[in-house]
Amino acid sequence: MGFTQAFKLALKSILSSKMRSLLTMLGIIIGVGSVIILISLMNGVTNEVVSAFESMGTNVLNVSIVGRNSSRKINVNDMYELYTNNMDVFMAMSPTLNVSGTIKYGTTTYTSTSLNGVSEDYAKMNQLEMQKGRFLAYSDLNDYHKVAVVGTYFDQEVFNNNSIGKYIKINGYQYEIVGVIEEQDDSAEGSTDDCIYIPYTTAAKVSYSKVSSFTFATINPEYNEYGTYLIENSLYEVLQNENYYSVSDRATLIETATEMTSMLTMVLVGIASISLLVGGIGIMNIMLVSVTERIREIGIRKSLGAKRRDIMSQFLIEAGTTSALGGIIGIVFGIFVSEILGNIVGINASPTFPSIMISFSISVFIGILFGFLPANKAAKLNPIDALRYD
Amino acid sequence: MIPLIELKDVYKIYQMGDNTVYATKGVSLKIFKGEFVAIVGQSGSGKSTLMNIIGCLDVPTKGKYFLNGSDVSALKDDKQADIRNKKLGFIFQQYNLISKLNVLENVELSLLYGGYSSIDRVNLAKAAIARVGLSDKMKNLPSQLSGGQQQRVSIARALANNPSIILADEPTGALDSQTGIRVLNFLQKLNNEGNTIVLITHDNNIAMKAKRIIKIKDGEIIYDGVPENAFEE
Repeated sequence: MGFTQAFKLALKSILSSKMRSLLTMLGIIIGVGSVIILISLMNGVTNEVVSAFESMGTNVLNVSIVGRNSSRKINVNDMYELYTNNMDVFMAMSPTLNVSGTIKYGTTTYTSTSLNGVSEDYAKMNQLEMQKGRFLAYSDLNDYHKVAVVGTYFDQEVFNNNSIGKYIKINGYQYEIVGVIEEQDDSAEGSTDDCIYIPYTTAAKVSYSKVSSFTFATINPEYNEYGTYLIENSLYEVLQNENYYSVSDRATLIETATEMTSMLTMVLVGIASISLLVGGIGIMNIMLVSVTERIREIGIRKSLGAKRRDIMSQFLIEAGTTSALGGIIGIVFGIFVSEILGNIVGINASPTFPSIMISFSISVFIGILFGFLPANKAAKLNPIDALRYD
Repeated sequence: MIPLIELKDVYKIYQMGDNTVYATKGVSLKIFKGEFVAIVGQSGSGKSTLMNIIGCLDVPTKGKYFLNGSDVSALKDDKQADIRNKKLGFIFQQYNLISKLNVLENVELSLLYGGYSSIDRVNLAKAAIARVGLSDKMKNLPSQLSGGQQQRVSIARALANNPSIILADEPTGALDSQTGIRVLNFLQKLNNEGNTIVLITHDNNIAMKAKRIIKIKDGEIIYDGVPENAFEE
């Protein structure tokens, strides 16, 4: 018996009892649907994370010095020297100083703000565009000017879009606001836009702290590895202990993040697959019932010359078709739900083509796998007994 | 001349717990091409067992069965299925049509398993349906037909792949006498056209329609000959 013939027969049999078929497929529909939804959402999240990192620049290397002793110190000039000696690798460099301090305007204190001391090159490296005013300048650093560049949170929420020229109080000193960085997030309190940059020289001076981290930008992300090597080399020369410093580059960070989300996806999909298993058992159950109901039909077919494999393939194709139909409905349902969820969460959640193909194949495979036992039972029936069965 | 069917000392023995049941006890018979044979016996006489063996639905425990000269006594499932498909046409008491399939599809079934192309299937099936006079009911489901019509469909199905032997197991058992006679007349007509027919029945009157009668009792042949003398006690 040809495949198309068996397929038509299977469709006929599925359509002849729609309600039962739908209930049989339900497990597969839910299983495939949830796999598609999870893959789509995790896909959206991964893309979101990657593009967030990428917007910060993939050619950026962050260097932090965590330990030091009295005799061995990294000073800013050494790092500048490393940069100027390797201009074919590095595009820019900025010492960065994370300052803890109280930020006040009028009587209000701002506690969620990230306050950083940086150099004039920091904006260029991190692709920060100015909305108004200017970024820090070389002269600001050189002369320890008390100037600040603020995020849009301050400009919009605190200064009513009129912050240039105003003064903000940091650790008791008045800083003049000279520029506003373009909005990166949503200008809310605690967001990326809730930030203040001041010259690292000024910051170091007023907080009596040493610069302990640096940001390097390579001329091309391909140089990240070599750049990391150069920096680590020169740091080791001074510190003589690789636990005292760390260099991380964003490209590696993106890789790690992608790896982590894909691992999370696998785990979630694994859990969702349990419902596929349950769906398969549902199919097996109905197929067993269907074999029992059709024992006489099997007997007739056998008496007319159907071989074991004919009966076997008839039931396998029927099980496969049932689960494939369930799979298709599940995929459509999954795409639909993930679009809606994606819209609600605000990410672009759409399944990849391979994930659709894989879920479809898995659903067919499950149908055939779980259809095997009933099909085998049918194929092995003795024609005499089957013909007499009522 | 090689007989179409030759049984040599055929035994079918069942083990039912401690009891050994002999369904047939050394049955030997020959049926030649073009014959119309009725196998008659009461229920439990062993005629059904005999028909299962002749129909390649079962194999003898002991003894040989030659179909058209070749030994088919110990074939595996799928080989038996092949013989049933190519050499035998079955007509059952309960018609045994598949209720979901229409008349044409039912008649096509044995051709389907015989590996015919879809064009050949339709043509052969249509020809067989025409022979039983149901060309206008091709698209009907079995449930939309009368008992007599359903039996004619099952005859068409048996004829479709032009088998060597037509095996009819109580073909009139579920029909009223009028319709039953018409079915029997049709079988006679088929026999006149050269088909070999083996009819299994418990009814002496029906058996009388055949050209030769084999009576079975307790698993043994007690009469084999012309109908005229079969039922004189």
